[in-house]
Amino acid sequence: MALPAVGAAMLEIENVSAAYGPVRALDGVNLNVGMGEIVTLIGANGAGKTTLLMTICGRPSAKAGRIKLKGQDITALPTHRIAALGVAHAPEGRHIFARMSVRENLQLGATLAAPANFARNLDRVLTLFPRLAERIDQRGGTLSGGEQQMVAIGRALMAEPDLLLLDEPSLGLAPLVVRQIFAAIGQINRERGTSILLVEQNAHHALALAHRGYVLVAGEIALEGKAADLAVNPQVRDAYLGG
Amino acid sequence: MAYFLQQLINGLTLGAIYGLIAIGYTMVYGIIGMINFAHGEIYMIGAFVGLIGLLALGAVGIASVPLMLVLVILGAMTIAGLYGWTIERLIYRPLRSAPRLAPLISALGLSIALQQYVQLTQGGRVKTLAPMMQGGFVLMRGGDGFAVSLNFLQIFVFLLTIVLMTGLTLLIQRTALGRAQRAVAADPTMAALCGVDVDRTISVTFVIGAALAAVAGVMVVLYYGVIDFRLGFLAGLKAFTAAVLGGVGSLPGAVLGGLVLGLVESFWSGYADAAYKDVAAYAILVLVLVVRPSGLLGRPEIEKV
Repeated sequence: MALPAVGAAMLEIENVSAAYGPVRALDGVNLNVGMGEIVTLIGANGAGKTTLLMTICGRPSAKAGRIKLKGQDITALPTHRIAALGVAHAPEGRHIFARMSVRENLQLGATLAAPANFARNLDRVLTLFPRLAERIDQRGGTLSGGEQQMVAIGRALMAEPDLLLLDEPSLGLAPLVVRQIFAAIGQINRERGTSILLVEQNAHHALALAHRGYVLVAGEIALEGKAADLAVNPQVRDAYLGG
Repeated sequence: MAYFLQQLINGLTLGAIYGLIAIGYTMVYGIIGMINFAHGEIYMIGAFVGLIGLLALGAVGIASVPLMLVLVILGAMTIAGLYGWTIERLIYRPLRSAPRLAPLISALGLSIALQQYVQLTQGGRVKTLAPMMQGGFVLMRGGDGFAVSLNFLQIFVFLLTIVLMTGLTLLIQRTALGRAQRAVAADPTMAALCGVDVDRTISVTFVIGAALAAVAGVMVVLYYGVIDFRLGFLAGLKAFTAAVLGGVGSLPGAVLGGLVLGLVESFWSGYADAAYKDVAAYAILVLVLVVRPSGLLGRPEIEKV
């Protein structure tokens, strides 16, 4: 399959609002991810970053606005149908299946991928994260935080996604492991052309890796621009890059 | 010794039947955390389908017992499976995010409705079936002339239970469907993000549980030859007890719980007063739960985050 041209829209989020019960979490958010692009979404705790990623996946569905994937409206689809259209999510807190082996976790990631591609995809994930090859028959719950994050990303990759959603992959990890994870994310994007929407509190790393970025404040997009511009923006520097 | 052996055989047979029903409770509890109190009625319906099927096949002149059994068991599994699917789809699914009491009360109401439905359509009187599988082995004779018998039907119940349990274990442990079921049980949101159709997976779980209960229903028709519309209530309660005894959510636990319960009832009836066999069974349940609150094979509710 030929890679689509960079610039065409992978994901278009138009005026999306979402709420958990009466609590409004997102308010009129507009955000795009182009084909083959890494876009980062930065913001403080509680700004709505995780909610936005979960809303893309239909949990909960957007209360207002539209979400389109490769031009197709996915706003009201159930989660597994959205996954079937090419969205894979490595969610906040990793959500590893703790009682299943690493292999079974990866097999679950491959639920919707063609069975014929399983061996090849597994091989790719284990090449990207050689640590997982050593741990393949170990239970997910016994792994270290960094290894669990590798399983979460690897599990998402097993679906052969067009759009990869990553929620705080650096959270709670040692600096060396964070560098490994970020290197892997860049590699996935370069080698596979996978579009990536990366939510991070570690704005420094995220802006260094991404092409473009958005800043989410209290459920609304406050700033957007090229990652390089955001990295030198005084507001961003003060609020998210520690001055 | 001979008498003991006979009670052992009887208890294991009864226990295998309890175990088959208990699996339905434990699977449904494992995947959506709900006790499906209408499950006993599915078993009762399975027994009725079995009885009607056996009489109907006999009426059309099919005399081969193995053929009859295969057809009747498959038919009962199919029809009970449809009941299980429909109940989940129409009643439990809309209540899935409701407070926990709502589906529980609905299950009790459904249980009564299904009983009344069978009473109205089949009549309230006891139905009987002439013994179909006669014969067996005399294993030994005691000094007092007591003969220990193991009949063909008991062997059949054991073998079928073992085959079904093995098949179910392989399904859960080795197949994509089983993996999806375990994933939905552990973390439904993450399962959906992986592309698992959570609703369909839950439906399939109900169908499997109902189909196994129907097998137990057919066994009971064959084994005791007497059924009525109230059959599901006590058996459902016993199987639920077996599931809790073994550790609700655990498949081997359900079978173990069933066997323990069957043996306790059988030995109590054999050596003490049969009228008190339920007291003995529930006393064992209380004792086990005092010592191991999560059941014999249940695991304590600890999640590593």
